[in-house]
Amino acid sequence: MQDTHTPMADTAPNLEDLLVAVGRGRDRLAFGTLFAHFAPRLKTYLRRLGCESGAAEELVQEVMLLVWRRAETYDPVQASASTWVFTIARNKRIDTLRREQRPEIDPNDPALVPEPDEAADRRLEARQSNDRLCAALKDLPPEQAELLRMAYFEDKPHSVISAEHGIPLGTVKSRLRLAMERLRRVLRDDA
Amino acid sequence: MSLPSHHPGDTLLIDYAGGGLCEGAALVVATHTAYCPGCRRMVGEMEAVGGALLDGIEPDETLSPDGLEALFARIDREEAGRPPRPPCQPAARPTAADAPRPLIPEPLRSYLGGGDLESRRWRFLQPGIRCIDLKAGPNVTTRLVRMKGGVAVPQHTHGDMELTVVLDGGFSDELGSFQPGDVAIGDPSIDHRPVSDPEGCLCLATTIGGLRLTGPIGRLFNRFMDF
Repeated sequence: MQDTHTPMADTAPNLEDLLVAVGRGRDRLAFGTLFAHFAPRLKTYLRRLGCESGAAEELVQEVMLLVWRRAETYDPVQASASTWVFTIARNKRIDTLRREQRPEIDPNDPALVPEPDEAADRRLEARQSNDRLCAALKDLPPEQAELLRMAYFEDKPHSVISAEHGIPLGTVKSRLRLAMERLRRVLRDDA
Repeated sequence: MSLPSHHPGDTLLIDYAGGGLCEGAALVVATHTAYCPGCRRMVGEMEAVGGALLDGIEPDETLSPDGLEALFARIDREEAGRPPRPPCQPAARPTAADAPRPLIPEPLRSYLGGGDLESRRWRFLQPGIRCIDLKAGPNVTTRLVRMKGGVAVPQHTHGDMELTVVLDGGFSDELGSFQPGDVAIGDPSIDHRPVSDPEGCLCLATTIGGLRLTGPIGRLFNRFMDF
């Protein structure tokens, strides 16, 4: 039982630790906690993308199954648990709802042009960046936050969002850019 | 190789990170990021924004309560029927040194299905320009396009959006000079006449909504041309 007097954040293991525990030890208790956090959010995500309730639940099961199977490959240095689950859900819904592939680089590709060395050292811890991003998203001007949500939750490029919502393309672009500039500052400024 | 100087920009990268781009457009953006560590980093940051947005989304309270149990039952069934996995043998990767030239990065390399580009069937588009169709939909085409040196594409504009990434050689138009890794973005506001560099040009192009010739003679040919 959760002690209701203790704030969750102080006692509960974070999502990244839970995901690592699933990857290393097939920890079902840890997976249960991850499921309780992500499954209802994934369902909302998929419903916003146009899935009806039953189909959304089926797809949530598929995504969480992939989380279970691929947990071994999760690297907490590279991404927060939420980011990692987001990319799995995004790719799965493109595959299932749109019947398209998701083209992505192969990080081990010998043809990949390498990153300059110093960039990697200045990177924030992934979990820390997730906390900062969540806080910064709440502080965005509402019109920027709303467009950002459309860009991530509507399966449409910004040009189509502009046309469908009757917002001039220039306005859509500048709002998204301003939002991203602000979020990038939060991520890159280690002060 | 020097780093690219023409980039997709924030809004297209957000479309890519969020998953809103069609496959052909996403292929161009992803191929660019193989050449461009800066844009790769930005995509990583934009995916982190996706993670934070997912965290902040209102949880759907109607999720059926036995989902977790059903999932464990499925995992049990699958794991009972499957022999223990053999330890992973890392596949021998071709090194950059012995790969065929030009070096095509992933994810595009997989779309080409391996083998030498020279041995492929290149379709005639216009004198000096041939292509291989990679994907075609009702409104979108994705092609590998090869231009001989000094060849001009007739003056044209775009029905919707055209994304091109240079793989080898280069071309120039009214907007600048495009070299390997560079992305050129065409839209209805851009009317241009790209000319390949003297050494020729190999590029990947995804066209949404077709092209329209705008030169004085080109206009007459619009309906006959297969762009």
